[in-house]
Amino acid sequence: MKKFDKERVLLGLAAPVLAVVGALIVTALVLVATGKQPFDAFHVMITYGTKSDSQVYILNKATTYYLAGLAVAVGFRMNLFNIGVDGQYRLAAFFAAAVGGALSIPGVIEIPVIILTAMVVGAVWAAIAGVLKVTRGVSEVISTIMLNSIAGIVIGYFLQDGRLGVLDKNANMVSTKPLPSSSHLFNFQTSTDPVVGFIVIAALAGVVYWFGLSRTRFGFDLRAVGRSQSAAEASGVSVKRMVVTSMLISGAMAGLVGMPTLLNQSYDYGTDFPVGIGFTGIAVALLGRNNPIGVAVGALLWAFLERASNGLEFEGYDKEIVGVIQGVIVLAVVIAYELVRRYGLTRQQRQVGAELAAAGSDDKKEVTA
Amino acid sequence: MHSGTVHALVGENGAGKSTLMKILYGMQKPDEGTIAIHGDKAVFHDPGDAIARGIGMVHQHFMLADNLTVLENVVLGSEKLYGIGGRARAKIREISDAYGLGVRPDVLVEDLGVADRQRVEILKVLYRGARILILDEPTAVLVPQEVDALFDNLRGLKSEGLTVIFISHKLGEVLSVADEITVIRRGTTVGEVDPKHTTTKQLAELMVGSELPSPETRESTVTTEPMLAVDGLRLAVVDAEGIERKVLDDISFTIHKGEVLGIAGVEGNGQAELVEAIMGMRVPDAGALALDGADISHAPTRRRREDGIGYIPEDRHRHGLLLEAPLWENRILGHVTERPNSRGFLIDSGGARRDTERIVEEFDVRTPGIEVTAASLSGGNQQKLIVGREMSHLPKLLIAAHPTRGVDVGAQAQIWDQIRDARREGLAVLLISADLDELIGLSDTLRVMYRGRLVADADPATITPEQLGSAMTGAASGHLAENTEQPGGED
Amino acid sequence: MSATATQTPPPAAPRVGKPKNGRIRLSPAIVLLIVAGALIVVSAVRAVTGAEDITSAGQVAGALSGAVPIGLAGLAGLWAERAGVVNIGLEGMMILGTFFGAWAGYQTNPWLGVLAGVLGGAAGGLVHAVVTVTFGVDHIIAGVAVNILATGVTTYLAKKLFTSGDAVQKGGTPKQSPPMAEIKHFTVPGLSHWLSELQAHHWFLISDLAGIIGGLVTNISSLTLLAAVLFVLTFFVLWRTSFGLRLRSCGENPTAAESLGVNVYTYKYVAVVISGALAGLGGVFLAIQTHFYLEGQTGGRGYIGLAAMIFGNWRPGGLAVGAGLFGYADSLQLRNGGDSVHALLLLIALLLLVMGGWKIYRKVYVSGAIALAFAVLLTVWYMLTDTVPDEVVQGTPYVVTLLVMGLSAQRLRMPKADGVPYRKGQGG
Repeated sequence: MKKFDKERVLLGLAAPVLAVVGALIVTALVLVATGKQPFDAFHVMITYGTKSDSQVYILNKATTYYLAGLAVAVGFRMNLFNIGVDGQYRLAAFFAAAVGGALSIPGVIEIPVIILTAMVVGAVWAAIAGVLKVTRGVSEVISTIMLNSIAGIVIGYFLQDGRLGVLDKNANMVSTKPLPSSSHLFNFQTSTDPVVGFIVIAALAGVVYWFGLSRTRFGFDLRAVGRSQSAAEASGVSVKRMVVTSMLISGAMAGLVGMPTLLNQSYDYGTDFPVGIGFTGIAVALLGRNNPIGVAVGALLWAFLERASNGLEFEGYDKEIVGVIQGVIVLAVVIAYELVRRYGLTRQQRQVGAELAAAGSDDKKEVTA
Repeated sequence: MHSGTVHALVGENGAGKSTLMKILYGMQKPDEGTIAIHGDKAVFHDPGDAIARGIGMVHQHFMLADNLTVLENVVLGSEKLYGIGGRARAKIREISDAYGLGVRPDVLVEDLGVADRQRVEILKVLYRGARILILDEPTAVLVPQEVDALFDNLRGLKSEGLTVIFISHKLGEVLSVADEITVIRRGTTVGEVDPKHTTTKQLAELMVGSELPSPETRESTVTTEPMLAVDGLRLAVVDAEGIERKVLDDISFTIHKGEVLGIAGVEGNGQAELVEAIMGMRVPDAGALALDGADISHAPTRRRREDGIGYIPEDRHRHGLLLEAPLWENRILGHVTERPNSRGFLIDSGGARRDTERIVEEFDVRTPGIEVTAASLSGGNQQKLIVGREMSHLPKLLIAAHPTRGVDVGAQAQIWDQIRDARREGLAVLLISADLDELIGLSDTLRVMYRGRLVADADPATITPEQLGSAMTGAASGHLAENTEQPGGED
Repeated sequence: MSATATQTPPPAAPRVGKPKNGRIRLSPAIVLLIVAGALIVVSAVRAVTGAEDITSAGQVAGALSGAVPIGLAGLAGLWAERAGVVNIGLEGMMILGTFFGAWAGYQTNPWLGVLAGVLGGAAGGLVHAVVTVTFGVDHIIAGVAVNILATGVTTYLAKKLFTSGDAVQKGGTPKQSPPMAEIKHFTVPGLSHWLSELQAHHWFLISDLAGIIGGLVTNISSLTLLAAVLFVLTFFVLWRTSFGLRLRSCGENPTAAESLGVNVYTYKYVAVVISGALAGLGGVFLAIQTHFYLEGQTGGRGYIGLAAMIFGNWRPGGLAVGAGLFGYADSLQLRNGGDSVHALLLLIALLLLVMGGWKIYRKVYVSGAIALAFAVLLTVWYMLTDTVPDEVVQGTPYVVTLLVMGLSAQRLRMPKADGVPYRKGQGG
């Protein structure tokens, strides 16, 4: 059995590696087609992407992407497509920033209050889609996408001077009232820029995700729903409640996505708050196959690609090529996982068949027990 | 095989009948060997080739699209013959009338019963001008009366000079309809027999290499202590068109400790819903359920399972297994809150793995290990795993829906033994089956379900499959011991 | 999404009560009746609120041009899903349509732009077909991947193609193409003018009718006509030809289709490529309407198109109604919609009132009460305000989508094998 497992691990690794290699080949072709030197471009990306300040940047970005990836992965684990992480984290970060700006209590209390606000807002926004799904049969794919747009509009309404926003006349930007400095989360100082302290919480979230899903009864139920809704229902899981619960968890996790930015970097929510991370989360979750370590690798890869693209810009390449690389990676990785999954299944069936045939010759007499 | 005959192909489950037919019909490719039609060697790459050579197949699982009309289902793939409009409709009526099939072209397939669907399948094949019809286990889903009607149709086809290949493992039927019989076992032909000079027993021995087991219960173990009391269960479903239909209509019965209550009925008459209502997967509109004296009418499924209901589902792929999960995780399924699967809120994977090893050993699940996925096991071994899992938690009540469907003969006998043994220990069993021999053989009490109602009851010691069958089609009701009909029945 | 497409079919359980004929089959007479009823209600609301714009020709024309891209996206979804492939990649295919349409359009003429956009969308459809049909990847995951890829590719190409050479002189930027020429528009002479006079009188019902018809005959883009033709053509091809029958059978029961010699893969491929082409056309429509490609121009219309298709119960007629509804909501944004949306609050309150009453009559008390409560809330909102904030107008299409899906999703019938990965030779 041990050897068997090792082969499976190898198979599991084969897929993402194949996908990345495939993506590099496609990208090289695109570059050649547009009259650029692919290997030079890759070289630029690697040297720029591994500089020490790049490393810090990548870690910080990956922290955010990792949380988004986990939020999406929770849904994927039970076949729920929470495309709405994007709206959830933005709305959550916005209201958390508003609450944080309005309060001035000691940081040890305020920081948890801010984080909690974000998680609650994210969870509630996600739960709308969950409730619509179980009570009205609305596909969560469509409803979460609509909720993304609505979230943006809600933020647009409140983020105005005189509502929850404050106009910064110099920069001509509206943002929420900044957090009091006592509520800034600690950072890890490095020789260049600091690494966000929220990375600790992100790592913790990864551990909770892993433990909760693979070691608890709840996690077993959740995965059972993902594998077969009907079998889970028959086994005693209330699928409807599980849909709402996992949307709540996914949304709460999404609520954390904006926190590294809010608590460690921007300290307010302005019109320049990063958008679109929810979609990055989908890509990262697919890449890491919903595995907590895989998602971490995916998040780092995504952050690396983004950082490295800046290096391309300096050398006269179009940094937008990274969008192509990312798109091809996602597409290649989903194909590769499917191929590996199917190959693994047939291989196993063959093995079972072979072992039984070997055993079959001596148990003929039992057939009519 | 000869023209104008009904040729039966018999063999137990997994003997290779269906595979052979799929090759004949071009759905799978043979590794070697040849097929000859009227002396010509034929090679089929896809079903289209087979159809072109006049071979038509009626599959065991009907190949019909529910949301299309009969006409659309029939003309699909052969639109060139008579178009898809009026000419096709006329042709369908013509064939239907010629062979007495009674097919209406413009109804949706989803509105048809099983027997009607089968006739649509036969018509589909005739429409394409097939001269050789392959019927794969055509009687598996029919009641005896419908089987007779089907056989009449087949004789009609035969008299028109068509060849019918009839695949079955129901030997009585085979002997009554076939002109020639080929027996296969483990993928090879083991004999060709003439039905006029053969008995069921001889055929059975050829088929399995030894005598068939029968599902008889021996001494009665029925007690007077009620285990499951169902009272006045009602369930109505509103379908997509807003029409309400009663799926369960005032169902009441009691199963005592040590009793096997069998429910006979054509599929789709409310049995599945009854099981789901008892399991708590469906909320009935009215009625009460009591397990071992305690009311469980409002308990969720998990509570009911913890309280001692074991469940062997009708469709093990949909309700009994996580196909892509390893065996030991499947052992946890349905009993995640119970030892040895979990301790407190945590999964005890060690305990579950050890116990899976035990089940594999005790219940003779043929597998190389417990880390393989459930999907890689054969149907019979999957079923043994489920039975082992449910029995391991010492249920008070076992709900067994078609417990031996799609299971080979050896596993079938084993599962019957398990149920009998547990019954001796005081287990109450609700048995639902389409196999009337199994029902009569295992049950202490029999009820017949028709259109959501329990319309008849019978004593398995005296009843015949034919009598049961007539109640299943609604032709008889009440107590079925004598051959008289008592409309109204007791509930 | 369950796995098996070929279980033994459950025979239809006997039905008690009304016979089975109660299936929703809208005869032309009933449709006309519903339309007339809706018109009267809308007229009444206009008359009461004085929000003349809700049935003005301009508003209706806006709704129509808003409906076309959504409708085309929905039609694209319809083709794919009728063949059993869920196409959430529509958004990406529309983006490809906007980009390639504008790219070819500014250099040559809009019609070549249309061709290029359609081809671009079809290419996106081909990718989706390869991933879902050949490789059997989950359709939604594949669609998301297609969207990510389409965004990446167009962003890169826009940077490459619109910021070099003469594109810059013509006004290209990394996020916007140079403008292209207008496509031909039609107006029914005479009729249009007469109708607009009639509308100006603000007569009950008559002016509303005039406004609506006026909107439909004034300044219609040739692409709108093309879209209308495509709707009719789709119905004809899918429901009246053997090609369509085969295609639909792949969405209902591919194993059965295979057993009858239908090459399921081919039909799925064809359907998904056509789907991409239609989505591409929807994208081109957007680009031609604004005269250039703009990053983020599609704004989720691919998804709204899917919603319209679901609303329309996977049929072209229903889809057209859904698209019209969403197009109307969409166009409110463009035309100082505050007053109109404010007036529509009353309309929705009225509809909810009727629905709540019906539910309570049918003894479904909880949802009836909820509907009534919302009706009251909306009425109060209407009474206490004069107009609604801009954000409410912006959010209207999305909220309407959610509401409509919430109210309709349960009564619908999607193709039975929709979204189920299909492998050849594994059924039966």
